[in-house]
Amino acid sequence: MTASLTRSTTKQAHHMRSRHAKARIFAKFCGLVTWLGTALLLVLLWQIFSDGLRWLDIDFLRSFPSRFPERAGILSALAGTLWLISLVAIIAIPVGVATAIYIEEFGGKGKLVKIIDINISNLAGVPSIVYGIIGLTLFVRGLQLERSLISGALTMSLLILPVIIIASREAIRTVPDSIRHAAIALGATQWQTVWSHVLPASFPGILTGVILGLSRAIGETAPLIMIGALTYVAFVPEGPMDSFTALPIQIFNWVSRPQEEFHELAAAAIIVLLVVLLSMNSLAIFIRHKMEKKLQ
Amino acid sequence: MSRARHLPSITNGQVRWHESLIQGGLGFCALISIITTATIIFILTRESVGFFQVIPVKDFLFGTSWVPMFEPSSFGVLPLLWGTLVITVGAALICIPIGLASAIYLSEYASAKQRSIIKPVLELLAGIPTVVYGYFALTFVTPALQYLFPDIQVFNALSGSIVVGIMVLPMVATLSDNALRAVPDSLRQGAYALGATSYEVTTQVVVPAGLSGIIASFLLAISRAIGETMAVTLAAGATPNLSFTFLESIQTMTAYIVQVSMGDTPAGGVAYQTMFAVAGLLFVITLLLNVIATFILKRYREVYQ
Repeated sequence: MTASLTRSTTKQAHHMRSRHAKARIFAKFCGLVTWLGTALLLVLLWQIFSDGLRWLDIDFLRSFPSRFPERAGILSALAGTLWLISLVAIIAIPVGVATAIYIEEFGGKGKLVKIIDINISNLAGVPSIVYGIIGLTLFVRGLQLERSLISGALTMSLLILPVIIIASREAIRTVPDSIRHAAIALGATQWQTVWSHVLPASFPGILTGVILGLSRAIGETAPLIMIGALTYVAFVPEGPMDSFTALPIQIFNWVSRPQEEFHELAAAAIIVLLVVLLSMNSLAIFIRHKMEKKLQ
Repeated sequence: MSRARHLPSITNGQVRWHESLIQGGLGFCALISIITTATIIFILTRESVGFFQVIPVKDFLFGTSWVPMFEPSSFGVLPLLWGTLVITVGAALICIPIGLASAIYLSEYASAKQRSIIKPVLELLAGIPTVVYGYFALTFVTPALQYLFPDIQVFNALSGSIVVGIMVLPMVATLSDNALRAVPDSLRQGAYALGATSYEVTTQVVVPAGLSGIIASFLLAISRAIGETMAVTLAAGATPNLSFTFLESIQTMTAYIVQVSMGDTPAGGVAYQTMFAVAGLLFVITLLLNVIATFILKRYREVYQ
C-alpha cells in the first residue's frame, strides 16, 4: 500500500512538473513572438534609413521630380501635402467636432442619433479606395472641381470624419455632468455651456482625435490616386483649384519604378513623410500636456 | 444625451433664436455622415446598374475569366475575388497567431515597463502609411523571399500577404489586448486558487471570457486586409489569376480599381463601369464583415459586474 501511494505521488509530481513546464514554455513563446513583432519596426526603420539617408539633403527638398535620380526632389510633393492637410483641417475639424457635439449634447436619445451612430461606425470601416471612387465621381466629375487640391481635400475629409467624430465623442463624454449642471444653474444657455465649459474640458481628447485623423490623411495614397493627383508636377500649387501631387503619390511613383536609385529616393521621401507625421504627433502631445496641466 | 433639456431654459427671444440656429448648424453637420453613406450607396448602385445591363450579374459573379480591357473581353470577377482571398488568408495566417500571442503577453505576462515599450511601438506601426509597407515589400520582403524560393516572381502574393499581415497586426494585438484586459481579475484569481497554472488560466478562463472581443478584432483586421490597396498593388502585381499559388503574381479587387483609374479608360464605357461593380462588391463584403463584428461584440459580450 505504501508503495502504490508513493507511486501515485511521483506520478502526480511528474504531472505537476509537466503542467508547469507547459506554462513556462507558453509564457516564453508569447513573449518571444511579441518582441519579434516589435523588432519589425526596427527592421522597417533600418531598411528605410539605410536606403534613403544618403539622398536626403537640402536640394532634395528644393527640387522638382525628375527622371534623373540625382536631380529629383520632392518640392512639389511636400508643398502639395502641406496644402492638402491644411485644407482637410479647415474642412474636417469643424464638421467632425460639430457632429460629435450634436450627438453628445443636443441629440437626445432619439432614433436619429442611433442611426447616425451606427452609420459612423460603418463609415469608419469603408475601404479608402471606395472614398476615392466617390471623390472621383462626386467632386472631380460631378461638381467639376477637376483634379484639384480641393477635390483631394474634400475626399480626404470624408475619409477621416469618422475618426475625428468617434474620438471627439469619447472626449466629450468624459466631461463630468457636474460641470454642465453648474453652468446651467448659473444661467448659461446650453450652447454657452458647451462652448465655454464642455469644449475646453474635452479639448485634449478632441485634439488627439484630430491629429489621428490628419495623420491618416497625410499617409493615405489610394484615394488620391483615384481622384487623379498627378505623378509629375513641376510647380508649387498656389491655390485650392490647382492640380497637385503629394508625398505618398510621389513615393508610390518612385517605388513602382524598377531602378534601384528610385527606390532609394522613395526611402528618402518616406523619411520626410515620417518626420512630418512625427512632428504633428509630438505637437499634439505637447499641447495636450500643457492643456492638462492648466485644467488641473 | 441632452443632459440639460429638462432644466428651465432662458425665455429670451433673441437668445433662443441664437441657440436654435446653432443647434440647426450642428445637426446639419451630423447629417453629413448620413449623406455620405447615401452618396456612396447611390453612386455605386447607379454605375453598377449600368454595368449589369450589359453584363449579366451571373456572368460577373461566377465567371472565371477577367479580361476587361481587350477584345474578346470577359467580366468574371472570380479571379479578382480569388486574389483578394489569397492575400487575406495569408495575412490572417500571420496576424491572427502573432496578434493573439502578443495580446496575451501584453495583458497576462508583461510588466508595466514592458507594456510601456510595446504599446507605443504598436501605435507607431499602426500609424505607418500603407504605401510605406508597399516599399518594404518590394525592397525587403521580396528579395528575402527570392533567397528562399529562387523561382518566385518579382510580384507575388506571398510578399503582399506578409506585409498586409504585418500591417494589420497592431490592430489585432491592440483590440484583443483590450478584450483580455476587460476580463475581471477575480476570474483569474479563482482559477489560480483551484491550482491552475498560468497557461491553463489563460487558455481556459481568460481567452474564452474575452472571446467575443478577440473574434471581433480578427474580423475587423480581415476587413481591413480586404480593403487594403497600396501595399498589394505594389507587391502582388496586376495579373488576374485563379491558380492556388503564393509564388505568382495575382490581382486583388483593390489593385484592379487602381489599375483602371491610372490608365486612360474613357469615362462611361463598360471597362470604366467595371470599377464601380468591383468597388460595390468590395463595399458589400467589408460592410458585412464589420456588421458581423459589431454584432458579435454586442451580442456575445460577457458582462461582469
